[in-house]
Amino acid sequence: MREKFDAIVVGAGPAGNAAAYTMASAGMSVLQIERGETPGSKNVQGAILYADALERIIPDFRDEAPLERYLIEQRFWMLSDDAYVGSTYRSEAFNRPPYNRYTIVRAQFDKWFSKKVQEAGGLVICETTVRELMFDGDRVAGVRTDREGGAIYADLVVLADGVNSTLAVKAGFHPELKPKDVALAVKETLFLAPEVIEQRFNLKGEEGVAIEMGGNITQGMVGTGFLYTNRETLTIGVGCLLSDFAQQKIPPYVLLEQMKTHPAIRPLLEGTELKEYVAHLIPEGGYNAIPKLYGNGWMIVGDSAGLVNSVHREGSNLAMTSGRLAGETVIELRAAGKALNTANLALYKRKMDESFVMKDLKKYRRLPDVLHKNPQFFTAYPELLNGAMHQIVSVDGTDKKSKEREVRRSFGQRRGLFGLMGDAFKLWRAFE
Amino acid sequence: MHIVVCIKQVPDSSQIRVHPVTNTIMRQGVPAIVNPYDLFALEEALRLKDVYGAHVTVLCMGPPQAEAALRKAISFGADDAVLVTDRAFAGSDTLATSFALASTIAQINKNMAIDLVFCGKQTIDGDTAQVGPGIAKRLDLQLLTYVSQVETVDTERRDIIVQRRAEGGVQVLKTRLPCLITMLEGTNEMRFATQAGIFRAARHPVKIWDKTAAGIEDPAKIGLKGSPTVVSKVFAPKPKTIKAELITCESDTPKDLAVTLIAKLLTQNPNLETAIGKGAR
Repeated sequence: MREKFDAIVVGAGPAGNAAAYTMASAGMSVLQIERGETPGSKNVQGAILYADALERIIPDFRDEAPLERYLIEQRFWMLSDDAYVGSTYRSEAFNRPPYNRYTIVRAQFDKWFSKKVQEAGGLVICETTVRELMFDGDRVAGVRTDREGGAIYADLVVLADGVNSTLAVKAGFHPELKPKDVALAVKETLFLAPEVIEQRFNLKGEEGVAIEMGGNITQGMVGTGFLYTNRETLTIGVGCLLSDFAQQKIPPYVLLEQMKTHPAIRPLLEGTELKEYVAHLIPEGGYNAIPKLYGNGWMIVGDSAGLVNSVHREGSNLAMTSGRLAGETVIELRAAGKALNTANLALYKRKMDESFVMKDLKKYRRLPDVLHKNPQFFTAYPELLNGAMHQIVSVDGTDKKSKEREVRRSFGQRRGLFGLMGDAFKLWRAFE
Repeated sequence: MHIVVCIKQVPDSSQIRVHPVTNTIMRQGVPAIVNPYDLFALEEALRLKDVYGAHVTVLCMGPPQAEAALRKAISFGADDAVLVTDRAFAGSDTLATSFALASTIAQINKNMAIDLVFCGKQTIDGDTAQVGPGIAKRLDLQLLTYVSQVETVDTERRDIIVQRRAEGGVQVLKTRLPCLITMLEGTNEMRFATQAGIFRAARHPVKIWDKTAAGIEDPAKIGLKGSPTVVSKVFAPKPKTIKAELITCESDTPKDLAVTLIAKLLTQNPNLETAIGKGAR
């Protein structure tokens, strides 16, 4: 029997689920194909859920989604080898519902999200890999899976197959990822009794903390680390550009192990037991690496389209939003009786351009290049900042003016006056 | 021919962890799989279907989420699926489980007479190998355990010939139908589901039966009440760690290596020399 659907969504991550849910809720016949054993079994994230993006898809998700802790505190740390300077923002405003950000365990969260897709009428099949797109002329007419009799037809295919998007590459929709446009992140999930987490991080009930880190932990590579509190686990991870890993020849697990021994981090992990170790690629190419988002009979969403804001560590919300907008585009076009061809699907791009997704990515479009060419932001500055703090905080009989002079001298010596001004200009341009 | 295959959904033991504080198994986040032994039973049943033609019904007792195990079986080629699920079954040991399954199989038999019942050798979470034989006894079926291959089934003469792995060899046994077979592991390889099978599995209406539908009248025979087995204590044995030792030897001729190794063994276990001496005499 020939299987034919209104839409096929390839992949059951946040982007795929958002697209499938949106279309299925509107009464379209939707098939979602997932490679993993269950939805979420292959998905990896830090993971922080940004409520807003999901709320626009499933307004009452808080009542039923498996959430770990809502974040009331955010710390930023800049680490040298044996110190860190940082800032903390903690607010009671984050302690009042509706909460803004949550930590989640993706294996559980994704399973729930997929259940919502199924409840909305979507047909979800797992353990099935889409090998290639099927074409009718230049129009995508369906997909071919790895199973016998695996030709499945649809009016539209949404590519949500993740960061590598082998399907899009194979179809020539975008070039193969370059090592400089992708980060390799490794993460451990560590068990720790909830009481201990709450005591150690100054939390109560379902409150949580997120710590984002930069500096010497990445050993000169472009990247960042993180530590998040879940209900009864901590997740700790670090990610750096793949090209840097390749160049420096530091195995990712060694980097993470060394990061865990940092004097600021080690005490937070004391008494934990390793539950899970995962690794994943993160698209970091930013705005300039985004491929064409649509074509005749297809759209591309989420990580597959490289929609990650590496500055703010946001990705899943961009993914969900792109999935939702792709879904809404199709619903609008169908309601107007329009074909799902290249000209009409341009509506998706317009919706994306109007949303925070493209606006934010565009804002930081210069950053990947700046960071790549200026490793001092990850090496010299963390040390200089920590050294400066040490000068200012320690009391040793030196007068304050001399201390300030010493701080200025240390910065000037490492970067030079023009270097400092240049760095400031580059950062200003990149964040402008 | 009507074949019933009993399967169980179990936690993936390769991914299981013991809670460091409570010492209980952490099921949260641990993926559930079809008991691997049961897949050999299912595949053998599907092979019989390929050869002789058969209606294969898969049966599972467990919580509502065990439906996933049945859908998986359908994707491979089973025709129908029954999930028998009821809060009253909670806490069932092998006695109560075999009672509940036997009763359910009797109900299935009323709609379509059963020729063969397949079970896996045992489950990976219980390791008892008691439920299959328990069902056979209750339903008065011929019982063949540790079967490695079904040779022939003759539905006219109502008999079956199988190979059974026994100590020191293989027995070729013939018995009459209906019978219950527990299938040995490693004897066949589960097929790769076709795309049509995957679609059928996703759409098939799995029959969900409670204890009444399963024909169970006496609640004292199921669940905790019907289970004389008591788990009195659960604990995780302390992992034993022995440090590996690198034995260095200046020469690398086989003889010198052997002598160094033997010398090391004898110094560490002084009694060994006497024991070997006694043996030699």
